[in-house]
Amino acid sequence: MADIKYAAYICSGCGIGDKLDVDALEKVATKEGKMAVVKSHPFLCSTEGVDLIKNDIANDGVTHVMIAACSRRAKAEAFTFPDNAVSRANLREGVIWVVAEGSEHDEVRQEMAEDYIRMGCAEIKKMTQPAGNPNKAQSKRIMVVGGGMSGMTAALAAADAGYEVVLIEKTAKLGGFASNLLKRVPFNAPYAEAQPTGVEELASKVSGHAKIKVHLNSTLSETAGAPGRFIAKIAQESGAIAEETVGAIVQATGFTPYDINKLTELGGGQANVVDQAGLEALAKAANSGAIKRADGKEVKSVVFVQCAGQRGSGGNGNGQHLEYCSGHCCATSIKQATYFKDANPDVDTIVMYLDLRVPGMGEDFYRSAQEKGVIFTKAKVNGVSGGLSGEMSCKVNFKDLILDEEATVDADLVVLATGQVANAGVNLDEWTATVTAAESGDAAAVQRKSELQKISVLNLNYRQGPDVPQFKYGFADSHFICFPYETRRTGIYAAGPARRPMDMFQAMEDATGAAMKAIQAVENATHGRAAHPRAWDLSFPKARLEGCTQCKRCTVECPFGAIDEDERRFPLFNEERCRRCGTCMGACPVRVISFENYSCDTVGMQIKAVNVPDEFEEKPRVLILACENDAYPALDMAGIQRLTYSAFVRAIPVRCLGSANTIWITDALNQGYDGVMMMGCKKGDDYQCHFVKGSEMAYYRMSKIDDTLKQLGLEPERVQTHEVAITDNARVARMIDEYVAQLTELGPSPMKGFG
Amino acid sequence: MTATYKNDFLKEVEANVEDGQWVKMCMQCGVCAGSCPLGPHWQHSPQKIFMMIRAGKREEVLTSDSMWMCTSCYNCIVRCPRKLPITHIMHGLANYAHRLGLAPKGQPTREIAKLFWDNIVKTGRVNELKFSLAMYFKDGFGQGVKNAMAMQGIGLGLMKAKRLNPMEMLGGHTCKDKGGIHKMIAKAREIEDRRKGLSGH
Ligand code: SF4
Ligand code: SF4
Ligand code: SF4
Ligand code: SF4
Repeated sequence: MADIKYAAYICSGCGIGDKLDVDALEKVATKEGKMAVVKSHPFLCSTEGVDLIKNDIANDGVTHVMIAACSRRAKAEAFTFPDNAVSRANLREGVIWVVAEGSEHDEVRQEMAEDYIRMGCAEIKKMTQPAGNPNKAQSKRIMVVGGGMSGMTAALAAADAGYEVVLIEKTAKLGGFASNLLKRVPFNAPYAEAQPTGVEELASKVSGHAKIKVHLNSTLSETAGAPGRFIAKIAQESGAIAEETVGAIVQATGFTPYDINKLTELGGGQANVVDQAGLEALAKAANSGAIKRADGKEVKSVVFVQCAGQRGSGGNGNGQHLEYCSGHCCATSIKQATYFKDANPDVDTIVMYLDLRVPGMGEDFYRSAQEKGVIFTKAKVNGVSGGLSGEMSCKVNFKDLILDEEATVDADLVVLATGQVANAGVNLDEWTATVTAAESGDAAAVQRKSELQKISVLNLNYRQGPDVPQFKYGFADSHFICFPYETRRTGIYAAGPARRPMDMFQAMEDATGAAMKAIQAVENATHGRAAHPRAWDLSFPKARLEGCTQCKRCTVECPFGAIDEDERRFPLFNEERCRRCGTCMGACPVRVISFENYSCDTVGMQIKAVNVPDEFEEKPRVLILACENDAYPALDMAGIQRLTYSAFVRAIPVRCLGSANTIWITDALNQGYDGVMMMGCKKGDDYQCHFVKGSEMAYYRMSKIDDTLKQLGLEPERVQTHEVAITDNARVARMIDEYVAQLTELGPSPMKGFG
Repeated sequence: MTATYKNDFLKEVEANVEDGQWVKMCMQCGVCAGSCPLGPHWQHSPQKIFMMIRAGKREEVLTSDSMWMCTSCYNCIVRCPRKLPITHIMHGLANYAHRLGLAPKGQPTREIAKLFWDNIVKTGRVNELKFSLAMYFKDGFGQGVKNAMAMQGIGLGLMKAKRLNPMEMLGGHTCKDKGGIHKMIAKAREIEDRRKGLSGH
C-alpha cells in the first residue's frame, strides 16, 4: 500500500451523542489520534453511514479505518471493508451502557470514551489488512484412518458430499470391531430387539463408492504437511509405500477392549469367564442355537458382571483398572442377555449391575429384556472363581445391594463388561521424555522409541510428536463442549471411541460430525483461512527471525503443534496448521512474532495511549485484557443488560489469554496503571479455552510475574487472572467493581509519574 | 429347597400369583418403598419383596407377614415408574401364601380376612354383631371379654342409634336364596382354582 491514510468515524447514534460530547471526541481523534479524516454520523451503521466510509475509501484515499461506535462484536458485517484494516472503539457496550447514569458520572464517562478513541487510533496505526497466505493449499481430499463403523461412516459422509476419500485400514477387511458382533443394540423404535449390525452393507457401500479409495492391510508410516497439503506415506502389506496427498484427516481408530487377563479378581483369564467380545464370538458360533461355552457345554446359566474393571473403586474389580465408565456396556450386556433368552427362555440370565446406565431409548431396550425374563440384580461383585476345568461351573460372590447381604450364585458362564481403551496412538508426554532420553544415549529409551513408533497411528513428522495429544485416560483431546471433533492438530479430526468411550450409534453420529469438520478444514485451507474459531481470519503469525533467540517456547507452547523447526533451528510456521490464537506471540520473550492485524504493538500502543491520571486525582486506572471468545462478550453482555461497572477500567480484547505477552503487563504497570485484570476461559481438565491450552499458558506465565512485581516494588494484587465464562456478565461487572474498590484501598500505584 | 438367584421361584410366582408376571419388571428404584405409608412397619418393602422373589427366597417371602401389611392405599401403584400393579401383587402373594398354608399364623390381617369371609359366606350378608364378637374373641375367651368391655360404650351408642341390633345374635338377616349364594361361591372357587391350576384343592 503506497500512501497510508487514517480515518476515524464516530457514531453518535444509539444514545452515544446524548451521553458523550462527540465534538470533544472528534478533537481527540484529530489532535491526539492524528487521524487525517475525522467524521461523525448520527447512524453510522446505516447504509448512508457505511457509504460515507466507503466513499472516503474509494475517493479520498482512506486506507485505515477507526470506527468508534458499538462493540466490535456488533455490526461486524456493516463495518467490514475487505481491503482495509479496521479498528473499533467500543463506545456503546463499553462506555455509555455500563457507566452509571447521572451527571455526576459525566466526567469519568467522557474520559473513558476519549481513552477508547485514543486506543482505537493507536491500534489502527499498527495494523495492516492481512494479505492472506500466498501459498494456498490445494488438496480437498480427505483421509480416513480406520475402516470400522466410525471410519466407514465418515468416509461415506465425506464422499457423498462430493469429496474424494482415501481410507486406510490396517487389517485385511473393512468392518473393524463391529464385524465381531452378532447384533447391535437397536437404533430405532420400538427399541425392543437387537438388530443386525449393518456392517456388511456399509462395507460394500464403501468399497463400491466411486469417490472412496480403500487401502487395506495398510498403516501410516509417515504423515507430513498441514491442512490442505498433508502427504501420507502408506505402508502396504507388500512392503511398498504408497503416497497420498490429502487435505484433512479423520482419525477413527476405535478402541481395544480392556485386557480381561488383568481382571484376575473377577476371574479374568479363567476358562469360562469371557468379556463381551468373547461372548459375541460364542453367540456367533451358536448360530441362533443354544449358546455353548468353549468346552462345548451348553450354557444354562449366565451371569453378567457390569463395570468390570471400570469406574475406579465405584465399579467392580479392585479399582486398579479404568477410572471411567465406557457408556455402552450396560446396553451391550442387555443385548447379550437377550441372545440367551431368545435362544432358550429357560436359561437363567442375571445381570449384576451397580447402576444401569442406559441413556436415551436404552430404557426401552432394558424393559424389553426384563420382559424376556432377564433378571437384573443390583450387586457389588466381590469375586469370581471356578470355571477352571470343563465341567466346573463358576461361582460369583457378591453383595446384593438391595437385600444388603452377601450371596453366591453358580453359573456356567460369566461375562465381564470390560471397558474401552482408546486407540489414540502415542502418549506425547511419554514420547517427549523418551526422545529426550534417547538423544542422551539411553539404550532402553532408543528401544522404547521404536516401539512407540509402531504404536503410533499417524506418525506425524511434527516436532511435537507423532500423534494427536491425548486427554486424560488416553483419549484424543478435543474441546468437549464447543468443538468435539477438533483435535489439537488442525485438520485432524477424531471420531468414535478414539475420542471418548461410546456405542456404535454415537460413533456413527460422531463420524458424520468429524467428516463435516474435515470438509470445513479443506475448504478453509484452500482459501488460506484459519480453522475454527477464527475461520474468517486470513492473518497468520510471522516471525522476525533475525531477533529470534531460538528459545523454542513458541514451538512448545503452540497448542496445535503448528510450529516445526527449520534446518537452522529457527521456528518454522505452518500457516495451515495455525489457528491464529496468538499463544506463540504471548510466549515469545523477545516479541518477534506478530500478525498483520494483531501484535505486541497493536495492543501495546493501546495500553500506552490511555491517559493515566496521576496519584492526586484519585482515579485508579485498570487495564483489562479480555479473551474475545468468552470474557469480552460477557463484558458486552453486561452492557446490553445495562449492568454498571467502574468507569476506571479500560478493556482490550485479546484473541486468547494465551496471546497476552508479559510485556503488556510490565508496560502497563510502568506507565502507572494501578491494576491489571486478565480474563480468560476455564483451564485444566475441564477446560473451556477455545484454544485448549491458551488460558493455561497465561496462568502459568502470570504465576511467574510475582518476582517482577516485587522488583518493581508492587503488590501482587496489582495483577489478577480470572476465569470468565460467556455467561458471567453479572459476575464480571461485580468483579470489576470489587477490584477497583480493592485498589482504592491499596492506594495509587507507586509507579505513577515514572512512566 | 430352591437354589438362590435361580429363576425357579420367580417362575412359580408368575404361574400362581395374581399379576405375578410383573415381578420381573421392577427396576428397583425404591419409589414404592418410599411411598408406602405402612413402610416403616414392614419387614420387607415391596421393592425388597420383588428382589427376594428374583433371588429365589421362597420360604422367606411366603412366610413373611410383609405383604399382609398392605392397606390397599394404591400410593405405590400410582407412583411406580414401571407401572407395576404392586397392591395387587401384594394381595396375590398373601393369597398364595395362605393357600399353601405358609402364611404366618395369627397374623391379624389374615385372621380378620378369614373371619370376615367365614361370616359373609354363611348367609350372603355380613352379620356385624357376630363379626365383631368373633374378632373380640379371636385370641381366646378372657381376651374377648376384655375387648368387649373396652368397646362397651361404642356398642351401646351404636345400639341407641339403631346401628346395631342385639337380636342379630339369633340367626339374623339372610339373603333370599342362601343355597344359591353357596352354589355361586363354590362355582367361583372352582373357576379361580382352575385358573390358578389348583384343581381339587
Ligand atoms: S456403561 Fe454400564 S457397565 Fe459400562 S461402565 Fe458404565 S455403568 Fe458400568
Ligand atoms: S500458537 Fe496459535 S497463533 Fe501461534 S502458531 Fe500456534 S496456533 Fe498459530
Ligand atoms: S397399596 Fe399397599 S404396598 Fe402400596 S403403598 Fe399402599 S399400603 Fe403400601
Ligand atoms: S416403584 Fe415399581 S419399579 Fe420402583 S421399586 Fe417399586 S415396584 Fe420396583
